Amino acid sequence: MVLNKIVKLGGEVLQSAVPLKNKSQRCASHFVYSPDSNSTIKGDRTKMNMFQAINNALDTALKTDPKAIIFGEDVGFGGVFRCTLDLQKKYGKQRVFNTPLCEQGIAGFGIGAAVAGSTAIAEIQFADYIFPAFDQLVNEAAKYRYRSGNLFDCGKLTVRSPCGAVGHGALYHSQSPEAYFAHTPGLKVVVPRGPIKAKGLLLSCIRDPDPCLIFEPKVLYRMAVEEVPTDDYQLPIGKADILINGSDLTMIGWGTQVHVLKEVADLLKEKHSISAEVIDLVSILPWDVDTVCKSASKTGRVLVAHEAPLTSGFGAEIAATIQENCFLKLSAPVVRVTGPDTPFPHVFEPFYLPTKWRCLDEALKLIDY
Amino acid sequence: MLPSCVRSMCKKSPKKILGLMGRQGSIVAQKGSTVAQAQFETQPFKLHKLTEAPATQVTLTRDEALEMYTQMHTIRRMETAAANLYKEKNIRGFCHLYSGQEAVAVGFKHALRPQDSVITAYRAHGWTYVMGVKPLGVMAELTGRQTGCARGKGGSMHMYADNFYGGNGIVGAQVPLGVGIAFAAKYKNTDGVCVTLYGDGAANQGQVFESYNIAKLWNLPCIFVCENNGYGMGTSTVRSSASTKYYTRGDYVPGIWVDGMDVLAVREAAKFAIKHCATGQGPIVMEAQTYRYSGHSMSDPGTSYRTREEVQEVRQTRDPIASLKEKIISSNLVTAEEIKKVDAQIKTDIDTATEQAKKDKEIGLDELSADITANHLGSDIRGVSIFAPLKHKRIGPAINLK
Repeated sequence: MVLNKIVKLGGEVLQSAVPLKNKSQRCASHFVYSPDSNSTIKGDRTKMNMFQAINNALDTALKTDPKAIIFGEDVGFGGVFRCTLDLQKKYGKQRVFNTPLCEQGIAGFGIGAAVAGSTAIAEIQFADYIFPAFDQLVNEAAKYRYRSGNLFDCGKLTVRSPCGAVGHGALYHSQSPEAYFAHTPGLKVVVPRGPIKAKGLLLSCIRDPDPCLIFEPKVLYRMAVEEVPTDDYQLPIGKADILINGSDLTMIGWGTQVHVLKEVADLLKEKHSISAEVIDLVSILPWDVDTVCKSASKTGRVLVAHEAPLTSGFGAEIAATIQENCFLKLSAPVVRVTGPDTPFPHVFEPFYLPTKWRCLDEALKLIDY
Repeated sequence: MLPSCVRSMCKKSPKKILGLMGRQGSIVAQKGSTVAQAQFETQPFKLHKLTEAPATQVTLTRDEALEMYTQMHTIRRMETAAANLYKEKNIRGFCHLYSGQEAVAVGFKHALRPQDSVITAYRAHGWTYVMGVKPLGVMAELTGRQTGCARGKGGSMHMYADNFYGGNGIVGAQVPLGVGIAFAAKYKNTDGVCVTLYGDGAANQGQVFESYNIAKLWNLPCIFVCENNGYGMGTSTVRSSASTKYYTRGDYVPGIWVDGMDVLAVREAAKFAIKHCATGQGPIVMEAQTYRYSGHSMSDPGTSYRTREEVQEVRQTRDPIASLKEKIISSNLVTAEEIKKVDAQIKTDIDTATEQAKKDKEIGLDELSADITANHLGSDIRGVSIFAPLKHKRIGPAINLK
């Protein structure tokens, strides 16, 4: 019986993995985006996709903070994902400027500018390119305050970088490096799930007193469209969002994966009468232990899903914390649905991702544990 | 606006740029309607900390002429086909085209010896082909098929062949690798050199300077080749680089500038650089001034930071293939009819390879977890759900260890 179900699911996976007529063609996205419907921020709203919302946040930052500067590879003409479109025209080359191709230099320059009082907003063109800057971010940015006994800090540094699967990005345009940075006290790491969150979180990062990394799921830049508040607003870093209330199990994700989990929750409800709670972790460092553990204690079953590989993915930290805090409330071990421990593949993206079918399968097993 | 480097080249009369100094192709021997070899004049080279320069008078045989033309035109055709495959969504990953830069790979190839190695960045299709991979091996790698040179696991940016250490995805990351490859050649006494390529954009990465230092410090046979196509992604050289004299940027490493749109000049400069390295004089930096017709990658239309007119102007006045064609026809090395035949054959070959690359099979799903490490120590690869359990496996020996 179980085997039948799995074979059937496997078949569905294959079908869902190749939605196009021509099997050889690269695939479209593996999920359906769902906009936020219950945002409580007041004021006027305009329809924006995620890159426009980020553009709007950057515009707001430049307008409200004369010390704010934006720099990175090709940001002068808008950047590859158009997030900085027209900002150079509006604010001039002194404030919005291209850098050479040198990620380590960009990060280090940003730290220097920030420590001397500029509000430094750097773009690393793809999260896959952030590794040349890893030393600067982990050794210099993160420890500046600590090692100087708080005499100096580079809290005015924000680094934006597009992350995650995009349908055809292959090895070096698809990775999700949040867990590497989560291992670094002194940094803050956030991942927005859509335009409203992206604008509010980015403004929070820019104004936060600590260096922040914001990983923007690149597949959402154009696909995710919401009615975004036009006023200046900030959203809290370190506060998770419960997107669907449920009682039978808790499913936790961030960025793109939140939308996958929302689909899974719908499937569980419709096909299996199972009530799943869906949590967007929103920020990876710091992360909202309270909300997660309250939910875990309530449902007794937790599934964490992320695109990055399993071993030492951030799901591991969440699972460990839940078993520590909610051990006696758990009805099953915490399960992780993630990318496998392989490099991000060129030809197997649909099989690599923690798709809704894989999450659904694991959720059902969790219920039947 | 034209970058100053492009402007200054275009000021010269087109005839001079093409190396057609009147009818100076001196005819050596008659062979039917064609000659066996001819001589041409290249643009002067610019030197940094060098006393001798390569000869600007170069001799080209009829066979070499045909081979060079065929190789360059094949690359151009392949790239046009690749652009179409990308637009048809048959290519995953990112795709960076070499159109416009063909003379660098082909000119170098005609100077390389069997013991020499090459490593480049992600604009790798042309180099892969000249290093010995047939067009199908390139095209099928682009479409992710098992007939691709990396069995579809690498894609556009990651192609490999004997003595060709690949396409590398991260800007500048291959440069220190090239120094390591050069060290191994010296250590193993192979007499080989390593041609280490990067772009004008990557020239500003810190590890390039670390590499210059190591290479000079240990006197390694490394030819650093900066393929200066005028733009690091969307930023022109003058807006990205404090010094655009890339051939001088190794400071204590000697350097040479070559017109990268002239395949004959590149060949001479390459021979010169190989001799420099192979005679124990240590590394050398070469700047090949070239141009890319396409955007940085397929997602860049290539027109938001330069004008269409600029691209057209280069195509009309400096195109490496058109200029070679004109040279070898006007010097009677090759007839116009022969060129037409070659063109037709290349078209057929690339069309066939393209169709095949669309039809061939992908590797099996079991290879998602193949070749992650030499020998996987655990049991299954973690993180894969139970309807696709994956064992680690290893496929064949590495090409470099054969």
